[in-house]
Formats: sequence, C-alpha cells, structure tokens
Amino acid sequence: MARMISYEKKDTPIHKLSGFTKLVFFILWCMTSALTFDTRILILMLFMGGTIYAISGTKWNQVSGVFKAIMLFMAINLVCIFFFSPFEGCKIYGTRTDIVYLFGKYYLTREQLFYEFNVLIKYFTVIPSVFIFLTTTDPSELASSLNGVGVPYTIAYSLEIALRYIPDIQDEFHRIKNAQEARGIEMSSKGNLFSRIKNTASIIFPLLFSSMERIEVVSNAMELRGFGKKKSRTWYSRRKLTPGDFAVLAFIIIFFCISMIFTYYDGSRFYNPFI
Amino acid sequence: MEKKPIIEFSDVTFKYRVQQKPTLKNINLKIYPGEKVLIAGQSGSGKSTLAHCLNALIPCSYTGDMSGTLRVNGEDPSKLGVFGMSQIVGTVLQDTDGQFIALTVGEDLSFALENDCMPQDEMFEKVDSVAEKLELKSLLLNAPGDLSGGQKQRVSLGGVMACDVKILLFDEPLANLDPATGKRTIALIDEILKNEDMTVVIIEHRIEDVLYRDVDRIVLMGDGEIIADMHPDELLCKNLLPEHGIREPLYVAALKAAGVTIEPETHPQHIESMNIEPYKDKVHSWFHSVKQHSHETNSDVILSVQDLTFGYNSEKQILSDVSFDVKKGEMISLVGKNGAGKSTLASLICGFYKPDKGKILFKGEDMSSLSIKERGERIGYVMQSPNQMISKPMISEEVGLGLVARGADPAQVTERVNNALKICGLYPFRNWPVTALSFGQKKRVSIASILVLDPEIIILDEPTAGQDYSHYTEIMEFLRKLCLDTGITIIMITHDMHLMLEYTDRTLVLTDGKLLMDTSPVNVLTDEHICDRAYLKKTSLYDLALRCGIDDPSEFAARFIDDERRRGGRTWQE
Repeated sequence: MARMISYEKKDTPIHKLSGFTKLVFFILWCMTSALTFDTRILILMLFMGGTIYAISGTKWNQVSGVFKAIMLFMAINLVCIFFFSPFEGCKIYGTRTDIVYLFGKYYLTREQLFYEFNVLIKYFTVIPSVFIFLTTTDPSELASSLNGVGVPYTIAYSLEIALRYIPDIQDEFHRIKNAQEARGIEMSSKGNLFSRIKNTASIIFPLLFSSMERIEVVSNAMELRGFGKKKSRTWYSRRKLTPGDFAVLAFIIIFFCISMIFTYYDGSRFYNPFI
Repeated sequence: MEKKPIIEFSDVTFKYRVQQKPTLKNINLKIYPGEKVLIAGQSGSGKSTLAHCLNALIPCSYTGDMSGTLRVNGEDPSKLGVFGMSQIVGTVLQDTDGQFIALTVGEDLSFALENDCMPQDEMFEKVDSVAEKLELKSLLLNAPGDLSGGQKQRVSLGGVMACDVKILLFDEPLANLDPATGKRTIALIDEILKNEDMTVVIIEHRIEDVLYRDVDRIVLMGDGEIIADMHPDELLCKNLLPEHGIREPLYVAALKAAGVTIEPETHPQHIESMNIEPYKDKVHSWFHSVKQHSHETNSDVILSVQDLTFGYNSEKQILSDVSFDVKKGEMISLVGKNGAGKSTLASLICGFYKPDKGKILFKGEDMSSLSIKERGERIGYVMQSPNQMISKPMISEEVGLGLVARGADPAQVTERVNNALKICGLYPFRNWPVTALSFGQKKRVSIASILVLDPEIIILDEPTAGQDYSHYTEIMEFLRKLCLDTGITIIMITHDMHLMLEYTDRTLVLTDGKLLMDTSPVNVLTDEHICDRAYLKKTSLYDLALRCGIDDPSEFAARFIDDERRRGGRTWQE
C-alpha cells in the first residue's frame, strides 16, 4: 500500500535541511511563481524544480494520485479560462494573431495560447515544490519551524498531528473499504459512478466514528501529559541551522528578489514576445 | 503500617453529569507509598472512574458531582487540575497507539518535557536516561509503526517516567498485548517498582496475568463500591472474583473444580510457588473421575489453503507456504504474536489481497477468480470494532445493507434481516437506532450484518479485544451457539488464550509468516517451546498438573476445559 503525500525518511541533501529552511524556501518559491508571469523565469523554475525533485528521491507512487487530481483541476482551469475569456491573452499582450476560427465568438489566438501556456507552467513550478516539501519534511520538525516563525504552537502541533495520522487513517480507510466491499458495497470500478459516490458514505461514516474515538483518546493523552497548559513549549526535534541551511536561505531570498526585479523591471508582470 | 498514605479516598462519591446514579459510592481506600495495588472489576464497576479521579480527568475533563475528600500526595486533584496531577501521577493508557502522540520514540518520550518548556539540551539528557532504563536507546528515532506492542508500551511508560512522577497508574495495560508481551510488561513494572521510589496502581481484569509478579493488594470493585480489599492469597481462596464477573486464575478454578478448599497459608498467588501438597490427592482423584477428552472431527473440508505465500512488497514476505484445511462447523483460533501475519492471512482468504503463490479452495473450488464481493457471500469478515463497520443509523437498515447492495427484493430483505436479527437476539431492537446499543450488542449487529448474507464461514478479528469477562462470555457463548445451531464455520484471530482453550477446537499458530502448529489448543498451550516461539504463555493448568505429579498435563487441561464446558454455568442471554 503506497501512502500518499506523507513524509518518508531518506538520506538526501533535501532531507538534511532544517524544516524552517524548507518552509521559507517553499513560501518564497510559491510567491515567486504566483507573482511572475515572466516565461523565462518560469521555465528556469521548471528546470530547477525538476532537478530538486530528482534529488529529493521522491517516488512517483507517493504522489501520483494527488498529481492526477491536480492535473484534472488544471485542465478544467485552462478550459474555463478559454471559455470565459477567449481574448485574455490579447488584452495582456496588446496584439491579436488568429490561428483558427472555432465557433460563435471563439477564435484561437497565439496570444491566448501563450498566456495559457504560462498558466500551465506555473502549475508545474508549484506542484513539485509542494510534493517535495511534504515528502521530505518531518512533520514534527515542520511544526517546530512554524512555531519558530511565530505560529502559535497549538496550531503548529495540530498540523503535526494531522500529518502524523494521515497514514493511519489511510490504512484504516483501506481496512474498512475491504470489509464493506466484502459485504457487497461495491467500490471498485465495476459499480457505476453514482452508486460509488453513494457507497462512499458506508466507508466515510465508520471511518469518521472510529477516528472520533481515536481523537478522544489522543486528546486525553495529550492533556494528561500537559499539552496546552503553558504559553510556549520547547521542541525536542528542532534542528539548529547548518551552513547548508544558510546557503539555501540566502539563495532563495536572492532568487526571489532578482525574479521580482526582473519581472517588474519593465512595469508589467508579463513577458511579451509579441512586440 | 505507620506511613502516611499517598492516596487516600474518604467517602468519595461521584456521579457523572449525564448519569442518574452515582458511579462511585462511598469509596474509602488508602494506598501507601511503595505499594503495588491491583484494582479489578468488570466494566461498569467504577474502576476506570476511580482511576480518572487519580489523574484529575475527573472532575476536569469528565464533569459530574463529587463528594467526600480525595488526597493524592497530600494534594487535592480537582484543585491541581490535569496538568498539575500529571507531575505526580503518570498515567499509562490502555491504547498504546493513542498514547503515542509524537512521530518518533525520542519525541514521544520528551512530549511532557516539551510542554513543560524544558530547554532542549536538558531534554536530550533526560530522554537518554529514561530510554536507558527502559532499553529504548536504540529505538529513539523509530516511528510508532516500526515498534512492537511491547515496545510501544515501554515508550508510554517512559513518557510518563520522564516527569519524575511518584505514582504510576496503568489503565488496563494488558488489553492490547499478546500474552508473552503482557508477561514481560508485568515483570518490567515490578522492576521499576524495585529500582525507583514509586507507587503503582494497576487497573486490570486479567488477574492471572497481573499475578505473574507479586502484588500487595487486590481491590475488587463491583457496582461502584469496594467489594474486597485484601492480599491476593486471601482473595483467591474466596469466591468473590467469579461472583463479580472476574475470571479467576485457571489453576485456582481447576483446584476449586476438584473440590479443594484453598487456604491462604498455601500462598495461591503464584502456581509456581504455591504449596500444592495438601491438595494433590484431591486433584488426582478428580482427574481420574472425569471423562476422558475425545476429539470428533469428521465433517467435510470447507476451506483449503494451499502453499499460500504473500508479501506487501518484494522485500519482505509476510506469509510463506502456509497450508491448512478447515472443516465444516469447526471453531478455529488463529494465534501468534503481533505482526505474525494473522490479519494478512484473513485478508487473503477474503480476497482483499492477491497471493503471490498458492491457492485457496472453497469446497474444492479455486477462489482466485472471485471478486471480494463474491467471496463475501461465502466467507464473511467481521472487523475488530463494530464501529469500523456500522454506517447506518437504524439497526435493521444496517443489517440489511449488504442485501440491498446486492439488489435483493425488499420483501426478501426484510425476511432475511429479521431472521438474522433473531439469531443474534436483536429482533426486539430491530427499529432502534444503533447508538442506543451497548458495545456487545453492536458487535452482534456487525455479526448479524454478515450473517444476513448467509456465508458458510465467518472470520472474526479479535472478537473479544478489550472486553471484560462478562462481555467476553456474552460474545463467545453467542458465537458458540451460532456455530452449534447453524453449523457455520468460525475462524477467530485472537490473543486470548482462554478463548482458544475454552471455545475453539483447533488452533493455527503463525510465527514469522509460517504455520508453526495446527493442533488442539490444549496441545499448543502445554508446549513450552511453541509458546515461546509464538509469544504465547503456557497455561497454568499445565503447571498445576505437573506440580500435582500428573504425567499427562495436556490431558489434564483438556479434561478441565471439557468439564467447565459441561457445567457451563454461564449461558448466553438475549
């Protein structure tokens, strides 16, 4: 059973970085990707992301399910952009080069294609960074990092606990699904879509109830051991920043600044190849 | 004793807000520093409520009315609160998975220290020293999933010991452990008590297992009151334990069955050290007077597992070359330590996974081409907790779910549902909401929802886990009646050796993915070598027989179990 999007202990340079470094990197990286529409920067980020993904040793089966879901949303997103605003690209780049007439008021233009291509690579710059962040960051380290950058520890720890129990809940889900399937509640691709959705309830409810039971035990256990009593807490797993961390932090901050300067230099977020 | 008690209940009465009657009534109890006290009682006797009073979960988390005074280490728990009390009383919960909060052993050991804002360097030192004591040093970086049940329990224990508590409170420490690990836990508790300056309170209904090491006193609870508070040697001579729904150690039950009146002077606390001389003759004459044990199995083979091999990935094999036959109408127990492959084997039989090698035949027909759903009509699978299966609000709806999903017509669904409910003694409740039922009744709902599909075999995963003796008896007598009345074949995955001995005809012992033994439960539990390898514990009947000089201890154990079944005072009630 492959566990989706959960932390896996490995010995790679990415795993060795502190959670704090990865968190800062992740935030700045996503901000860069969100702010810039400069195709050159995005393509550079695409290559960097791919390289880091390869270094991180993340396995395809750890992320494939989520990847497919994102692809679906991305496709919907791109199609919607086209249908709601077929000349968005022309507005942005200020020219209009028709390729082919489609129907109604819809024309396929080079500008629109280029614009949507930019949106597409934006997805692909962010996706690997999410995957890498989640699969290489020990949740407890992440929690201590969040707490370190000022997030209240109760919230940081809740996040850790959520991540900690994802694999357990996935296992439980499989167990319940199997048992319900044996009772005849079809979840495999044989049943039709509607009955599958309906049948999901017969897994979700037991899963919910058995998780609730667990929550009571866990919250009692936490309280019995003094969680939430004091205003702050210390962290066993907090890692001191190493020279490697500082190098990575320096790099991402500089990269962010340069990207921003490069992007906004000419007063527009967009790289325009049409002029 | 001149010392001042560390725990003192005087006239404590407690009523939960949601309940009508008090759960604890006029409790007077003194526990002195350095004592090891066992608090026993069936569910609803108030033993867990008593424990919650000690760590201040009552009244801080579970509210209600409390009267009388309680002092723990001179303090009032309700004033100190849960956090304050956690510095005095370390609670080790029954559910070691639930208590394991953090992601690694090291972090979990330090969890309370983190919350107490201890600087990181000090924390490392403290964690190291606790890990040393509990032999967890090499596991500090391990995740909970990589640990055995016993190791998890040591982590739980270490997590509370890190706070330098004065009292250790164990809430049913044996419930989730295999017998051999349970035994080691009891030994570990004993060692801690010897080396550290602590007081130990153990809440448990498995008396025989706790008595593996000396305890100073047993406090027997019943119906919110203290029924008895005495030395185990004294208590075992009386009939109070069975009268209050607690199982006596088997050797004590056997001695009593033989007509012996046990005297406290013979120290019946441990079979190994008990003075057996005065009782020998009686045991001998009883042994020769009861009927010989006979085996009768001549029905057809219903399930045949042949050379089954399986691994979740290519690196590690979970099962290798497992072969056995199951005959129609048998009750079989599947045992072995945690992680031996029991659940995997059941999953393979149900078709949840595909075997790498080997075949499973149902009435001679190869099942490999059948889907999970189709197998479900032949072999039913009941999960450990009914809450893992129940998804409908009403009982009859829940039971009929499998039939409705198969598209049976409504009239037939009603008829078969009613039938299944009748078998399970739930017919009067058919229009009740599931939430109104007790745990044991819910368990029967989950069994009924499988029976409705009319399978010929049912597999139950730990049917009695976490149940006290009376609920255990209720569930097991029900299953036996089901087996006798309907001829259904029952396979149970279990840790419980009493269950194997008393209710099953045959035991399959799995160890490291191999079938180690396939024989009668008595033969397994009187074989020291097998017990060691499979993390079982040999039955005390064996020791009793040996100590009485009976040369066939297995036969002795078998005759006693037969005799108990015949007398079968405990019948399943609707």
